[in-house]
Amino acid sequence: MSSSHPIVKVEELSHTFPDATKALEGVSLEIHRGEFIGIIGQNGSGKTTLVKHFNGLLKPTKGRVLVDSIDTREKTIADLSTKIGYVFQNPDHQISQGSTEAELAFGPRNIGLSAVEIEARVEEALRSVGIEHLAKRHPLLTSKGERQLIAIASVLTMKPEVIIVDEPTTGQDKRQSRQTMNLLANLNRAGHTIIVITHDMSLVAEHTRRVLVFHKGRVILDDSPGKVFREVDILRETGLRPPQITRLAQTLQACGFPQDILSVKEMYNEFRHIMTGS
Amino acid sequence: MGIIEFKNFSWKYESSTDWILRDVNLSVEQGEFLAITGPSGSGKTTLCQCLNGMIPHSHPGVIKGEVYVSGIRVRDATVRQLCDHVAMMFQDPESQFIGMSVEEEIVFGPENLNLPREEIDRRLNWALRVVGMEKMLSKAPYELSGGQKQRVAIASALVMLPKILVLDEPTSELDPIGKSEVFSVVSELRRDRKMTIIMVEHETEEVAKYADRVVLLEAGRILASGNTEDFLSDVDRLEGTGVEPPQVTQFAHLLRKEGLISGKLPITLESTRQQIADVVRSRKRALIT
Repeated sequence: MSSSHPIVKVEELSHTFPDATKALEGVSLEIHRGEFIGIIGQNGSGKTTLVKHFNGLLKPTKGRVLVDSIDTREKTIADLSTKIGYVFQNPDHQISQGSTEAELAFGPRNIGLSAVEIEARVEEALRSVGIEHLAKRHPLLTSKGERQLIAIASVLTMKPEVIIVDEPTTGQDKRQSRQTMNLLANLNRAGHTIIVITHDMSLVAEHTRRVLVFHKGRVILDDSPGKVFREVDILRETGLRPPQITRLAQTLQACGFPQDILSVKEMYNEFRHIMTGS
Repeated sequence: MGIIEFKNFSWKYESSTDWILRDVNLSVEQGEFLAITGPSGSGKTTLCQCLNGMIPHSHPGVIKGEVYVSGIRVRDATVRQLCDHVAMMFQDPESQFIGMSVEEEIVFGPENLNLPREEIDRRLNWALRVVGMEKMLSKAPYELSGGQKQRVAIASALVMLPKILVLDEPTSELDPIGKSEVFSVVSELRRDRKMTIIMVEHETEEVAKYADRVVLLEAGRILASGNTEDFLSDVDRLEGTGVEPPQVTQFAHLLRKEGLISGKLPITLESTRQQIADVVRSRKRALIT
């Protein structure tokens, strides 16, 4: 496996839906192995449409998408699922089996892995997501937060390089949202490339290392969270704003606070720094 | 008597062993904006469903105590009767779609109230503008993104101009400014029409700005309840409940622990900004002199 070329390369990608809605217009970007990327943008700005091109659920109207140097038009969704794992916005849209175990085994079985290998992968996925206790349960009888974890685990059994999670925090309380983001951070440390679509700006600020901002089918900002959240005016035009703690620092600029604070902890350290006058 | 009264109310599904709501006592005044928060599975949605009569009328279960809405005992009322008082937006917008287009979806409720056409159109246009979906009138629900569906669901509840508006996690899929707009519209309705607002919400930043009171549910019980400022500034009590105070409050909490500030913690950005600016300024003066 060569790591020199991007795992995903998007070239001048446009996508127009049958009803003539232009969902993406001329998007170009590269995603490299090991990145942790947040995608933010208004409802209907093209976030989900973009990532559905990575696993072949959608094919470009114009331009092309290369996954590990291969054009997605030449690959089936099953082929791509071993490279790109996509966790749906609504986990109920992807759950099809009568037990969590069976749900997790579904993908590996479809690509013809041996029973021994399937079992090993299911066990590993249950363990790394921390849901061993749900193995025998019917997925649709678990809570929404648990179903989200089952959906992530079922993608993991395909051992994809890239894991895309679409709105992982919807319908979850803050504690669950944090658990999900910590899980994604662990998977990132274990070598997976992570892409997360979310409206929770504080989670983007605290966890990701690169942020793509979508507006009307285009990427209008592509930078580190610190740099992106300084662009207050551009963000406002697109229905976005930095996390509250970042905005607090920004309104206190005259007191010497930097404009790219990303967490409560950072703000606290900065405050102490200012107060001790050093 | 409040416009909503839960009196020693407990409820469980016929098939379940555990009580979903346990001995709930809650009184809401007309025109109040009440936020309900708590971890997943704590009974928030169930509590909402008691207000429009889905519980007990659409789900077989066991009841103890009573719920009154606008003075009507919910147990005796029909869902249709309660419709005149309560509009409800469900947590999962997909589960409530009936219409084949955004327009059909939004006018469904008002048409069933037999409102005149002009009134329906007026409300439709207003609601579309409020949720920013003016250009989406003829779209089918399946052509909409998650957040757009949520906007339509909010509009469908708003057009009813109910006395009591119940919103179950209405903004979970909205971008930050869309979220903020929903809160501000709802609070205008409350002010201008004395509408009573019941909102299930995890986003404490907006709750801090708009809600009068917050109730914390856990395992079907009201674990805590208080005016918004008292509730959200009590950071220690919220620890481990799944409710996160606003980031500015968390920050102020750290400072207070170190003795750098004192008194009640601020819960909005503006009040925190003032407090911090004052502290930094006086410190700088002290350093100079």
